[in-house]
Amino acid sequence: MTRVNVDAKLVVDKFFVDEGNPHIVLKKSPDPREFAKLEKACPAGLYKRDANGAMHFDSAGCLECGTCRILCGHTILEKWDYPTGSMGVMYRYG
Amino acid sequence: MSDDKFDVIVVGAGLAGCTAAYVLAREGLEVVVIERGNGAGSKNMTGGRLYAHTLERILPGFAEEAPIERRVTREKISFLSDRDAVTMDYQAGDYQAGDYQAGGQAAGRRPATAESYTVLRARFDPWLMGKAEEKGASLIDGIRVSELLTRDGRVVGVKAGDDELEADCVILADGVNSLLGESLGFVKKVTPHHCAVGAKELIELTPQQMRDRFGCEGRDGLAWLFAGMPSDGLMGGGFLYTNETSVSLGVVFGLHNIEAAGKSVPQMLEDFKAHPAVRPLIEGGQLIEYSAHVVPEGGLAMVPKIVGDGVLLTGDAAGFCLNVGYTVRGMDLAIASGEAAAKAVIAAKARGDFSAAGLNQYQTLLNDSVVMKDLTLYRKLPGFLDNPRMFGAYPDMAAGVMADLFTVDGPSKPLLKKAGGHLRKVGLLNLVKDGLKGVTSL
Ligand SMILES: Cc1cc2nc3c(=O)[nH]c(=O)nc-3n(C[C@H](O)[C@H](O)[C@H](O)COP(=O)(O)OP(=O)(O)OC[C@H]3O[C@@H](n4cnc5c(N)ncnc54)[C@H](O)[C@@H]3O)c2cc1C
Ligand code: SF4
Repeated sequence: MTRVNVDAKLVVDKFFVDEGNPHIVLKKSPDPREFAKLEKACPAGLYKRDANGAMHFDSAGCLECGTCRILCGHTILEKWDYPTGSMGVMYRYG
Repeated sequence: MSDDKFDVIVVGAGLAGCTAAYVLAREGLEVVVIERGNGAGSKNMTGGRLYAHTLERILPGFAEEAPIERRVTREKISFLSDRDAVTMDYQAGDYQAGDYQAGGQAAGRRPATAESYTVLRARFDPWLMGKAEEKGASLIDGIRVSELLTRDGRVVGVKAGDDELEADCVILADGVNSLLGESLGFVKKVTPHHCAVGAKELIELTPQQMRDRFGCEGRDGLAWLFAGMPSDGLMGGGFLYTNETSVSLGVVFGLHNIEAAGKSVPQMLEDFKAHPAVRPLIEGGQLIEYSAHVVPEGGLAMVPKIVGDGVLLTGDAAGFCLNVGYTVRGMDLAIASGEAAAKAVIAAKARGDFSAAGLNQYQTLLNDSVVMKDLTLYRKLPGFLDNPRMFGAYPDMAAGVMADLFTVDGPSKPLLKKAGGHLRKVGLLNLVKDGLKGVTSL
């Protein structure tokens, strides 16, 4: 089975990135078990581990679905808000 | 009171919000819709199938003019094991007089209220908002409502950053992630147990491919649901809807099972696309958009408090969405609840009472409408469906029985013996139990 490349899908989408003003913020040292849920569930694949197992998150590319908020809003997320008006993903088809 | 106070502020230009705005403006109320995206619908995605009944009753004949993709006349349901597929295919023939109770329509077509259409929200929602604007509603887009404005415990308007806007009443149509509904303490049950995530690819095909692969003639098209491997054998499913020259292909996965999943949600979609029954359907197609959204699918059990002083909750924000088996129905309910909210506000205005008591007609209207009737009818369904056999063992069983039925390699075994092995794998008692429970939850 081919391993999914989500980044290659996200480049097709239209985004207005609010540089320096992330709408979702991950806590400093997140509980790895909670993080593992988001690694699997985030449809944009934005919760990633590098080769050393360190945990990373970048809110650019977020589809604003709310999955991470519902799974981990009270555990490992410091903040979950919508992007400021007019910023973020803009669907051309939906 | 400031001069620029509105009758009603609607938060969110999705289907619930646009419908509420249309009905309010039609009755001459001063209504403004505030939407965080650039234009109505620009933040919204769906699977793809709008059951027309509720909008048809508000805007008769809407499909003649609205940007719908296709009218659904063909239905397929597939059970997928890892490699195999068992498919049921239903093609709706011509309408015969007497088929439906609602009379008066020409033979050959279903009544418009019984139709369903595939839609793309970034096209459809702006059209509906446009209808509201024609009646006098206004849209402020690109603005996120950051807070509700309250006074003595009642909602009197909204805040967006430093700006404030007041109204007699606020309708929250801000979707499943209703941060505003939560800020009121109303919305509490948007939990993994009651929600699924959906991810979808929009894949462009040529008109010829649409016709050859899906039999799409004229404006007609098909809806195709898949159970089994798309959601890794857990609660959820796959879907394919034909648009004019593209297909909406996606998976839905119940979030409470995330730890049990053997792979990520994007990987589920990738593997679904690679399934031998699906791959040829999209071969050579081009990805033109990737989208995702949460589905509130807890049904009646997740419906929050929906009426407060100066405020009403509608659509996904109120949990008005149904997972009926392998498909989701939220758009028709968003429209019906937007309409009911608007009617309750119109009645409240006539009495000059926007308190919770004054707005309570909303609850009555909903109870008498398809929203509460269907949520009540299907209230046991989420519990019934949350059974891994539905998405794992049964699709595998169907594929196994078919494989044996159609395979000849030397002398055959009796049919019962063939099927018996597959049934035993599931457990006959389980089969009987699930069958009975299924009948009582539908
Ligand atoms: C994968 C998937 C498949 C589905 N398939 C189907 C299907 O085939 N048929 C069906 O009927 N239903 C389906 N549904 C359900 C359906 O899409 C939803 O029920 C429906 O979109 C809900 O409409 P709504 O107007 O309530 O909310 P939304 O469409 O979510 O609209 C909410 C709006 O509010 C705006 N907003 C939110 N917060 C703010 C704020 N603070 N300030 C300003 N604006 C704000 C948002 O930007 C958005 O425009 C599906 C859902 C998913 C996710
Ligand atoms: S909101 Fe959805 S897309 Fe955005 S980071 Fe969370 S899970 Fe990923």
